[in-house]
Amino acid sequence: MESIIRIQGLTKHFNHFKAVSDLSFTVEKGDVYGFLGQNGAGKSTTIRMLLSLITPTAGSIEMFGLPLATHRREILRNVGAVIERPDLYKYLSAYENIHLFAAMSGIEVKRNHLMEQLAQVGLAERAHSKVRTYSQGMKQRLGLAIALVHDPQLIVLDEPTNGLDPQGIADIRNLILMLSRQMNKTVFVSSHLLSEIEQIANRMLIIDQGKKLVEGTVQNLFRTDDMILHLQTTNNLLAAELLQKSSYAKQLQEWDAHGMLLRLSKQEVPQLVAWLVQQQIEVMSVEPRFTLEDYFLKITTANQHVESFTH
Amino acid sequence: MFMRYTFLFILFFSVTSGFAQDDAMRLLQKVKAKMDRVNDYAATGKMRTDVVFIKAPVSNIRVYYKKPNRFKINRDGGISLLPKGGVSVNLNALMLTNDFTALDAGKATIAGKELRVIKLLPLQENSDVVLSTMYIDELRLLVLKTNTTTRENGTYEMEMQFGNYADYGLPDKVTFTFNTKDYKLPKGITLEFDDGSKQQQLPKNKKGRIEISYASYQVNKGVSDAMFK
Amino acid sequence: MWSLLRIELYKIFKRPRTYISFAAIWAIVSLIQLAIYVDGQRYMEFFMKDLAASFEIQGNMLNGYFVCFIILQTLLIHVPLLIALVAADMIAGEANMGTLRLLITKPVSRTKLMISKFLASAVYAVLLLVWMAILSLFLSMVIFGTDGMMNAKSYEIIILEKDDIFWRYALAFAYAAVALITVASLGFLLSVFAENAIGPIVATMSVIIVFTILSTMDIPLFQQVKHYFFTTHMIGWKGFFDVKVDADGNAIVGSIANLPAVLRSAGVLLAHTFLFTGAAILIFRKKDILS
Repeated sequence: MESIIRIQGLTKHFNHFKAVSDLSFTVEKGDVYGFLGQNGAGKSTTIRMLLSLITPTAGSIEMFGLPLATHRREILRNVGAVIERPDLYKYLSAYENIHLFAAMSGIEVKRNHLMEQLAQVGLAERAHSKVRTYSQGMKQRLGLAIALVHDPQLIVLDEPTNGLDPQGIADIRNLILMLSRQMNKTVFVSSHLLSEIEQIANRMLIIDQGKKLVEGTVQNLFRTDDMILHLQTTNNLLAAELLQKSSYAKQLQEWDAHGMLLRLSKQEVPQLVAWLVQQQIEVMSVEPRFTLEDYFLKITTANQHVESFTH
Repeated sequence: MFMRYTFLFILFFSVTSGFAQDDAMRLLQKVKAKMDRVNDYAATGKMRTDVVFIKAPVSNIRVYYKKPNRFKINRDGGISLLPKGGVSVNLNALMLTNDFTALDAGKATIAGKELRVIKLLPLQENSDVVLSTMYIDELRLLVLKTNTTTRENGTYEMEMQFGNYADYGLPDKVTFTFNTKDYKLPKGITLEFDDGSKQQQLPKNKKGRIEISYASYQVNKGVSDAMFK
Repeated sequence: MWSLLRIELYKIFKRPRTYISFAAIWAIVSLIQLAIYVDGQRYMEFFMKDLAASFEIQGNMLNGYFVCFIILQTLLIHVPLLIALVAADMIAGEANMGTLRLLITKPVSRTKLMISKFLASAVYAVLLLVWMAILSLFLSMVIFGTDGMMNAKSYEIIILEKDDIFWRYALAFAYAAVALITVASLGFLLSVFAENAIGPIVATMSVIIVFTILSTMDIPLFQQVKHYFFTTHMIGWKGFFDVKVDADGNAIVGSIANLPAVLRSAGVLLAHTFLFTGAAILIFRKKDILS
């Protein structure tokens, strides 16, 4: 499968604050890739690094098989983006805005093509009105039209449904699905709402405090018999170290001196306990914490923080 | 005896000084009579300004005179600065009144020529001229130099060179020299470009010179009063 | 690059606020012309009071060339503010509007983007100056006529012939363009550090005002360093209104008293422009766009 985005060890520090830490993931061609995390988790920072707005402190970004650091312009010719709330030139009309950005995208600007793009997002009738007269939803649609005007292969959307009413949200969802299924575009979309991502993405990554929490297909991540279990042993740090080196590594979510969280099905619990005993680690307790969905909902709902192990 | 010689000395002195005074007046009258032949003239010429704080180009001028004392220098377009009480004062105007006392001040040699020196003291108390010293070529009846002290406008010197119009007492060239130390320049209210040259202050105690070279005179052809406005 | 420049100029001239500057120039120039038309004679009499006591002044002093000279004095404070309004908005304004992040995601190098933005603000500065030239020189010539001109400095007076002035104004305006482009480059540099244009606009004007004040203070330290301030050289256009003299002290028509000094000042301004613009580009290339 051709990878459109390949990120390795991506890190960004702002002075002493670690916004993104050692992030790695891959987006394949044709994916609708959901990038999930609560506000402040590092989503926007990651997206800005993808779009060369921010320089990474460490790590590498490859897009379309080319390093972003050295092939920025070539890559960006094939990328269309809507970053947060799309801010446009309010003193210009929609047509003037899309004309301007189309010219910068390196395509031959034709009036018919521009009007077509505006018609696709339902703005043809208001094409010559100043953007300052537009509603938030109309601005969002215009932002999308601008992102798509040069027919990019990759579309990056950062919280595209923010501030939209239910109809607007549904419109965006349908558009994304159309881009993926009918136009074979790759879409990288970020959000803090699991319900949104669930409906459109085929693969996703959850980021929390700048670090990857989980990554995988939506289907696999939401296996209903999986749970988040809280494990306490006589030596939690040693147990975590051993688990990281074992086949349970991917299931280990979080740990500290007081215990650890693992993603397991009920059936796997006895095997885990037996294994730990073999490693000379005594198990003190195994408690189910949340279902997976509860867990994701908890960590991805706005204004809520991940609860520490001690809770 | 002493008294006798003193009396004789005083008598001789007053007679000779009286004679000298009369003699000076007679010379002046002769010069004046020559100048009197000119009722009016219109002249063209060039004016050169050599004043340390004025940078002015050589300009074409027209000069008009009408008896007894109307005199005007007009520049052919452009701006000109003429020291007051000097160039604008014409010799004729000075002399064509009888309101002065002439005193013989002997002789002086200037540029190898022996000239008669006569001092003029205006009789009128409100006259701007306080004293005027004239250096006269007795033979040609021409005033070659004057040194004038005025009440309002300082002291200035005029030197005349004569040629084609000597018969009329009209000079080919007039050089007017004056003191610049009392002049004040307009208040500068804006920044000036400092090009690094050293002189940035008004120089003191320097003399300025204005030289007028006359190309031609049209004498006694009539000059309209409008020219003097 | 040409298409980027066209886009930047399009954005500048589509914005209503740009025309405030042109209106402001018209207002300043008109007011000065009106004041001189109505009361110019009295102003001249006051201005020339001391000189007129000693000299007879002939000629039409209050002509279009002289009026333009007065208007150009405002070049130091009023016009740089109008330049800063646009130049300081080039990056900060885009950040404030939120459009900067969209621009950077386009397949255009940051360097080219910055150069095109700077060139656009330079073109704007030149057009503003052309407008000023039309109003202050040509219109003044029509209203007040032409004659010779007296350039009165604190230590000398320079008298220029009527036919010896127009070309000097052409050079003076060209020099003024260089000076204003330097102001634009300073505003442009400061714009990189802000997300709102007010800060860079105020900072640009503060720099100009402070440096101008320092260079006029009679303190030896400032007198020594003032030649490094670009504001000191902004007044260099006046050097075109000074002439050489011949051995007899007569002004030489068509000459410039100290052309090397004027060119040196222009060079200082150009050097500052390169410095400010270069710094702006280098900083922007590395800058994280968080707006």
